[in-house]
Amino acid sequence: MPLLDEHGRAVADAWVRVADDAPLPEGPAILTAARLRAEDLSGRNAPLGIALDPATAPEAVADLLPRLSLVTIALPKAKDGRAFTQARALREHAGFRGEIRATGHVLPDQWRMLRRCGVTTVEVPEGADLAQWRRSFDVVDIAFQPAQDSGSALGLRRQRLRVA
Amino acid sequence: MNALVEPLAPPAPAYPPHARTYRYDEVDREFLQERIAEFSGQIERRLRGELTEDEFKPLRLMNGLYLQLHAYMYRIAIPYGILNATQLRQLAMIARRWDRGFGHFTTRQNIQFNWTKLEDVPAIMRALAAVDMHGIQTSGNCIRNTTTDEYAGAAPDEAADPRVYAEIIRQWSTLHPEFTWLPRKFKIAITGAPHDRVALQAHDVGVVVRKNAAGETGFEVWAGGGLGRTPVLATKLRDWVPEEDFLAYLEAVLRVYNALGNRDNIYKARIKILVRDLGPDFLARVEAEFARMPRQRYRLDPEIVAQIAAHFAPPPFPRLADDPPAYRDALARDAAFAAWARQSVRPHRQPGHASVTISLKPIGGIPGDCSAEQMEAVAALAERHAFGEIRVTHVQNLVLPHVRQDELFAVWEGLRAVGLATPNIGLVSDIIACPGMDYCALATARSIPVAQMISERFADLDRQLDIGECFINISGCINACGHHHIGHIGILGVDKRGAESYQITLGGSATNDAAIGELVGPGFPYDQVTDAVETILRTYVARRAAGERFVDTYRRIGPAPFKEALYAAAG
Ligand code: SF4
Repeated sequence: MPLLDEHGRAVADAWVRVADDAPLPEGPAILTAARLRAEDLSGRNAPLGIALDPATAPEAVADLLPRLSLVTIALPKAKDGRAFTQARALREHAGFRGEIRATGHVLPDQWRMLRRCGVTTVEVPEGADLAQWRRSFDVVDIAFQPAQDSGSALGLRRQRLRVA
Repeated sequence: MNALVEPLAPPAPAYPPHARTYRYDEVDREFLQERIAEFSGQIERRLRGELTEDEFKPLRLMNGLYLQLHAYMYRIAIPYGILNATQLRQLAMIARRWDRGFGHFTTRQNIQFNWTKLEDVPAIMRALAAVDMHGIQTSGNCIRNTTTDEYAGAAPDEAADPRVYAEIIRQWSTLHPEFTWLPRKFKIAITGAPHDRVALQAHDVGVVVRKNAAGETGFEVWAGGGLGRTPVLATKLRDWVPEEDFLAYLEAVLRVYNALGNRDNIYKARIKILVRDLGPDFLARVEAEFARMPRQRYRLDPEIVAQIAAHFAPPPFPRLADDPPAYRDALARDAAFAAWARQSVRPHRQPGHASVTISLKPIGGIPGDCSAEQMEAVAALAERHAFGEIRVTHVQNLVLPHVRQDELFAVWEGLRAVGLATPNIGLVSDIIACPGMDYCALATARSIPVAQMISERFADLDRQLDIGECFINISGCINACGHHHIGHIGILGVDKRGAESYQITLGGSATNDAAIGELVGPGFPYDQVTDAVETILRTYVARRAAGERFVDTYRRIGPAPFKEALYAAAG
């Protein structure tokens, strides 16, 4: 699946999702929380990630985050917006600095808001019109509230968003 | 449909100088243009098949566009129900040009047009944007238009001005990155007066702006109210949230809801269900979130509050005395004027002034409907007599907030000329009714015609005055858009084996003594519902003690006498 980075560019995806009973690959691997806890991974050099399901609060995996470079969050349906709160909490409460990747049924129209909540990358459907994703990202560049993408804490002062 | 929007930067419209609506600046206008471009693009993608109807639906809803029974319905935001005369004239123009010459004011202080064509929407959006208006977030699972006291800035009992904070909520909630894909719609009401005129406890969040002894501003916050198929009154979360933490606290409430609200069952998705199911744990979670969030980031800067408050500064009232001779003489001279004034004129904090409520409930009419001519007439009267400002009430009427008492007679004459002087505010014919089967795709029964029948039955003003204050609310299905649960008399139309049946609840209230009405018994067929209301009101008149309103009597004597009167003959 194509992956868009924070600049809207299609980038290669080095990560592999690994089932609990599958052997660990050499490269970056996305594991479940259970496996991250159960297995001794201290000798491993390649980066680790976790797939957070929409019902799990980031606090529940807070102990694992310092070892992780990637958290994926998911929109099972475009209307299901729990991922927005998860992403914000990962940044704001857990202080997570790695990659947050949005997966699932994401609409181009949600991409800007996901970015504002702290998401870094998004998986887009095979064959998606990347130019449309770009346009949807750019079309509204004024925001009325502080979020994770603006360093300034100006409260309601209207801000023009930096185009990534 | 061709290229939809050429981004134009419309010039600032010419507004009445003293109308206290929030004044857009270039940033606000540019934002609106961007949003129009975005939605126009979404319409194009839908027409090209790049968006499925399922994907398009939440996007169009978020822009106020519903698919109804016969056509699209376009709902326009009137932020906290405040308009100026220029804006109202533009709505009249839109009603005439793109609808059937009418608009319909709603219980959320918005206006909707019931006969909209999809291909006209971009043009209507531009016409709205020309007067700083739009349909954004009037629908969909996001934070909707915040409602407030229609007498804000005028009511003598007001402790703090709710408009300032309603505007702050409007800005904060506009395309909020985290709260635009909530489990369900989210409605906030805010008041600054001890007397609740906003149905605070029927809202997802209700806010009371307060002042403490030191003169500081803070907020009492309620959450978890809502009607629909499971009516619940809101629970108080806090007596006092300091002003600087206002948005932080709202964020905390919304965060808990967005994370934990039900996503599987649309009937369990409102925050009221979460608050009810979690019990005290809901508040504990909100407080925990509030305690750990970086509050500095969400701090409401007093400077910004001051900037926004400047938009709502009092208009330049002349110094006048109460009860001027011109007003007194007119009252004595003209009984029809006096009857209207008794229901429609309310005291004002500024001596020599009054607020005027304009009834959109003519006998036999459609509650909340207003013709283009009437809108223009109200706009003209507002300009001449009320600093060019108009309010929409949550009971689907209009208000001229600031009128000189010595000009009330002229206002009345102007209203009478266009059929807007029905003297029934607060009486049995001042009915709230949802669109029901006449427009709404979800309806299980007619709603408007029931309102019309009841209104005609009680057309006689003396009889209405004898009955006194009584609120009748009618919904055409279980979704309860007519707020029947909180009407003194609530009427819910359901489908019973293919026929309309109307269930009646009694004793509801939308104000400080908020209550959910109790079902009185089995439903009534369409052609008997007016008789049932008649029986209920006759029972009240026969049993009332001196000075008791309908709802007082009901609370004192309980449902039994009403049940007996309604069902004895049949049983
Ligand atoms: S209560 Fe039902 S019929 Fe009435 S407007 Fe709401 S959804 Fe439609």
